[in-house]
Amino acid sequence: MSELEDVMKTFGEFGADKGILVNRDIAHLVASGHRILSMRAVEGLEVRAEETVTGIAASVRVLEGIIIKNPVHLCFGILHKKGIQEIKMNVQLERGAFASFIAHCIFPRAEKVRHIMDAVVEIGESAEMRYSEVHYHGLYGGIEVIPKADVKVGKNGRYLTDFSLLSGRVGKLGIDYTVWVGENAVAELTARVFGHGNDSIKIKEKVVLEGNNSRGLIKTRIAIEDNATAEVTGITEGNAGGARGHVDCLEIVKDSAVARAIPIVKVSHPLAKVTHEAAIGSVDKRQLETLMAHGLTPEEAVDVIVRGVLK
Amino acid sequence: MPLLEIKDITYRVKEKEIFSGLSLAVESGRVHAILGKNGTGKSTLAYLVMGCESYIPTSGEILFEGKVINELKVHERAKLGIALAWQEPVRFEGISVRDYLTLKSKEIDPSIYLEMVGLYPELYLDRMLDKSLSGGERKRIELASIVALEPKLAVLDEPDSGIDMLSIQDIMNVIDALKKNGTSVLLISHREEIAKVADKASLICNGKIMCSGNPKNVAQYYKSRKCEVCIGEECVYV
Ligand SMILES: Nc1ncnc2c1ncn2[C@@H]1O[C@H](COP(=O)(O)OP(=O)(O)OP(=O)(O)O)[C@@H](O)[C@H]1O
Ligand SMILES: [Mg+2]
Repeated sequence: MSELEDVMKTFGEFGADKGILVNRDIAHLVASGHRILSMRAVEGLEVRAEETVTGIAASVRVLEGIIIKNPVHLCFGILHKKGIQEIKMNVQLERGAFASFIAHCIFPRAEKVRHIMDAVVEIGESAEMRYSEVHYHGLYGGIEVIPKADVKVGKNGRYLTDFSLLSGRVGKLGIDYTVWVGENAVAELTARVFGHGNDSIKIKEKVVLEGNNSRGLIKTRIAIEDNATAEVTGITEGNAGGARGHVDCLEIVKDSAVARAIPIVKVSHPLAKVTHEAAIGSVDKRQLETLMAHGLTPEEAVDVIVRGVLK
Repeated sequence: MPLLEIKDITYRVKEKEIFSGLSLAVESGRVHAILGKNGTGKSTLAYLVMGCESYIPTSGEILFEGKVINELKVHERAKLGIALAWQEPVRFEGISVRDYLTLKSKEIDPSIYLEMVGLYPELYLDRMLDKSLSGGERKRIELASIVALEPKLAVLDEPDSGIDMLSIQDIMNVIDALKKNGTSVLLISHREEIAKVADKASLICNGKIMCSGNPKNVAQYYKSRKCEVCIGEECVYV
């Protein structure tokens, strides 16, 4: 079996659609370890990628006014037990462009694996980018995931992201995102993570509302059990008139897990407004009892609540 | 034998004694209304019957079908056939109305129950049971979920609160549907027209059942405003 076949077979096992590789209307980039196994551009979307010593460097550009109909699939992973994969990504959406990306990050057998993502994203005026990153990890927890992103959203632009790590062990996660939001632009960042064993989750997301009437939302949903730890820092700065930001963090804690939430809000313009809410604790008692009164056992009830929150 | 029998219970939170020797029985297949001023302990009674955490009588017994259930947990009581529609139902993230109505049995058709409470299934089944629902909508869904459970005993804590005046008939429908299924109802309500559909009514005052009997008479007594001037001492009007 070729490496590509192996990668795609593993994707298939995790519910991803293997058909994306053969479909000519779908742009994609598949990289396993330090190797680029497959890539395709579509009209109006350029992909350039090269292998580096520790991983790959790629740049994606969506040309002015182009609407990319089908989501662009990015498949990254290391199938071996050990390894490093460092991905440098440069994404640029020109004025008025639209593209949605789905990144599948697959590390099924990781015992000692490092996955580093360093992304620089530029969203032009009135352009919109959606980015969803889904992680599938194995059961060993020997993985370190370090995603870093610096995102600029231009006037009237939109940036919507969703990071999820719900399958397998988290290992060590260290998200560090910063988003600069321009005039009338919108940034919405969602992260959903379920930690077990001695997983360590660190999420730092920063939204700087620098344009008039810009909007920002940082939403974090964490569930941790066993001895896992989570620290969520949500930072929003409102620096322009009419800017509105909100930081919303919910962490459900079971067993001996420990969670921290650090919302930092800063406003430097009298007409900007930033709010935050953080709730950390075990499963809400009233929710639990409501479900139990509907006939679920306490375990089933906790499961339904946690799955709901992470959905 | 009554379906639910509450025998001489006392219950206190912190320093406050909420019930001091309250007794009450709900007969099988009957609707029993509970009246009482704000803060008299109606919701507390509902939680004691459902077995919510820390709601265990200090003394006295709660019997269901003749068995003492004081020590049983909420889900154990649910398995026996007790259900509770909360006065203020909680919200859930990521749980749809459809999920909620089919929690226990995936086979049932949730649409029927939504229609019964006056909600269009096509508009509501895929809505989330979160903050985006209005208070009245959430309340109706709670009632629908109770009917769907087909319990032996349904405790309805102010089913009409938050429901607009024109929709009281929907609440009547729910009580009717429960009755048709043979469900007994412990019906907590302030509204006279609702209490009137009951077979029997009891008035809670000062930690006890003050009087019981024909709903009309009990409501009349309650309305005579004697309760309003009560200073918490032994009632001299009975
Ligand atoms: N945890 C608590 N600590 C102190 N007092 C409490 C607590 N829980 C309930 N109470 C008191 O017990 C009394 C009964 O409360 P309960 O909610 O049962 O009243 P209710 O009859 O349902 O009122 P309403 O008509 O407003 O719904 C109230 O006076 C309330 O303030
Ligand atoms: Mg009450």
